[in-house]
Amino acid sequence: MSPFWIDLIIILIKVIVVMGALLGGVMMMAIVERRGAGFLQERLGPNRVGPWGFFQPIADGIKLFFKEEFIPAQAHKLLYLAAPAFFVFIAFATFAVIPFGDKLELFGRTIQLQIADVNIGILYIFAFASLGVYGIVIAGWASNNKFSLMGGLRSAAQMISYEVALGLSIIGILMVVHSLRLNDIIVAQTHYWGYLPRWNIFVQPLGFLIFLIATFAEVNRIPFDLCEAEQELVVGYQVEYGSMKFVMYYMGEYVNLVTFSALIVVLFFGGWHIPWIEGLAIHPLLLALLQVGAFVVKVFAFLWFFVWVRWTFPRFRYDQLMRFGWLVLLPLAIFNIFATGVVMVLIP
Amino acid sequence: MELALFVIFGAVAVASAIMVIVSRNAVVSALFLILTFFCLAGLYVLLNAQFIAALQIIVYAGAIMVLFVFVVMLLRTGKEARRGYRLIFQKSMGIIFVVLFLLLLGSITLTVAVTGMRGPYTAEAVRHIGNTQAFASVLFTDYLYPFEIISVLLLAGIIGAVVLAKRKR
Amino acid sequence: MRVVTPKLSIIDRIYIPALVKGLYTTIKHFFMRRFTQEYPEEKRKPFPGYRGLHRLNKDHLGRVKCVACYMCATACPSQCIEIEAAEAPWKDREKYPVKFEINTLRCIFCGMCEEACPELSIQLTYIYEMADVTREAFVRRKDDLLATNEFWVLKEY
Repeated sequence: MSPFWIDLIIILIKVIVVMGALLGGVMMMAIVERRGAGFLQERLGPNRVGPWGFFQPIADGIKLFFKEEFIPAQAHKLLYLAAPAFFVFIAFATFAVIPFGDKLELFGRTIQLQIADVNIGILYIFAFASLGVYGIVIAGWASNNKFSLMGGLRSAAQMISYEVALGLSIIGILMVVHSLRLNDIIVAQTHYWGYLPRWNIFVQPLGFLIFLIATFAEVNRIPFDLCEAEQELVVGYQVEYGSMKFVMYYMGEYVNLVTFSALIVVLFFGGWHIPWIEGLAIHPLLLALLQVGAFVVKVFAFLWFFVWVRWTFPRFRYDQLMRFGWLVLLPLAIFNIFATGVVMVLIP
Repeated sequence: MELALFVIFGAVAVASAIMVIVSRNAVVSALFLILTFFCLAGLYVLLNAQFIAALQIIVYAGAIMVLFVFVVMLLRTGKEARRGYRLIFQKSMGIIFVVLFLLLLGSITLTVAVTGMRGPYTAEAVRHIGNTQAFASVLFTDYLYPFEIISVLLLAGIIGAVVLAKRKR
Repeated sequence: MRVVTPKLSIIDRIYIPALVKGLYTTIKHFFMRRFTQEYPEEKRKPFPGYRGLHRLNKDHLGRVKCVACYMCATACPSQCIEIEAAEAPWKDREKYPVKFEINTLRCIFCGMCEEACPELSIQLTYIYEMADVTREAFVRRKDDLLATNEFWVLKEY
């Protein structure tokens, strides 16, 4: 076989593995969220289907699959059907540039454990994440329902407000690392300060805090899930969606969650880097696999954090959300850039 | 491969740009405009300008068009709003301008070489120094003056927004 | 009344210590005892005075205690009790019910019938599992009500 076909096959395998891992992550999250919610509220949560309730997502999926397909009479049919597909497509496409491991040496070939090594990786993620809002906004408009429309409008305004803070909060990192490539950002975090790994959380604590908060708004999780807000808007933009179209939103939301957890890990927690492992003599193949494992563990820690926060904090009011985004997060992010610049000038 | 992608992106961009004008529904128009921007970003990627492509999507498709859609969704776009206008003057002027535009386009493509000038930033050079770095080095040296003017303008806009938001009710 | 907003110190205004405290509170509950009763395996113990399914009591000779006085049917706010009286075959009373039906779908389990009954014949038991699949099954006839009686004696809650 020519090298072109081998490369193509490798890329296909990577895509399939990542897609499978993401879908598996979605299923894991569906059960972890519900059982975690139960445990945090001194309940048990769903534990009947399979061991430890593990097949609950499959049961839910089958149930939803056999529900009636429904299109509201006054809806804009094409956009109503296209919106969930677009949402889930964007959610999966965003993950493409996340590096989930270091290079893997296999059969004399170096395989980069990442689907696409784009030299503007971070911007790619922001570009696609900012497109994801259309899946919500269009759904809100196309289903011709006042709750949906309100949800879509809220989502649009919220996404724009928090994307600014999200983008500005990582500029400090970009200033330190001098690159937009996600691999370079991870490699820059593999150094040490004495015994402390030089992870960006220690370099940019304020930036991390802003990024974390803005992430909750970006993935519509609870302190900022204004576009769903079941007490006021039923479930906002999803009101008119049932059956598999609902599943698509459900899936897309969790994939977004996984992507942003992975992004937090890559940007602030050293990605696949395992601290203090360089001194040990480990077979490179084993090391690469261990690093993939470390990445998965870190991502799951953050996924759990999202669940934990969801069942701890109440929802913001809408004006509080806007005021917090523009008057607190944005100035703090700009201050963070300024402070980073000052420190970089003072300590070369 | 690259030619095929160029043709696809170009054709979709032109077709959706036409649909922006033709479409009766304001929201659909806005969505076609987003599709146009997306295809333009694809063309930028084909020109090895990934940075500008990403900015195109983030700024135009991701931020500005969201605001457009936000406003347009609140409009009442019923059929009754459009009835009862003949627009004879506008239509005749439109035809004249289209003819003039096509003449201009034709004369330029026939007389001037389409490829244009070859600048210092070829694909190889960009790959060597890095996309963002190449962009930044030009922006912050040759085009510093317009850049600063724009940034002052935007700063004024931000301060205005903050003042409006902070006003005591 | 004037609401006085408390003056927050700088640490309170950052909110982060409060957020951490909140997270600590919820994770504490993660490790606490769970209160879930896993129902089909683990039955709930009804409280004293719980009003469940009706029964008709029998006297020491095994006859139905009811004298068909219609007190319960009159007291019933949802009018779910239907009685048809006949002359009693026994000497110690004048009437007895040939037909005694309670529509449990209409019943609101208020216990008025129980209080109205002069003979202590109709009573509400502690049985709360009465799901079924047909409407007819919820109309409990005299025999069902008497059988509930025996079921009740056998079953320990």
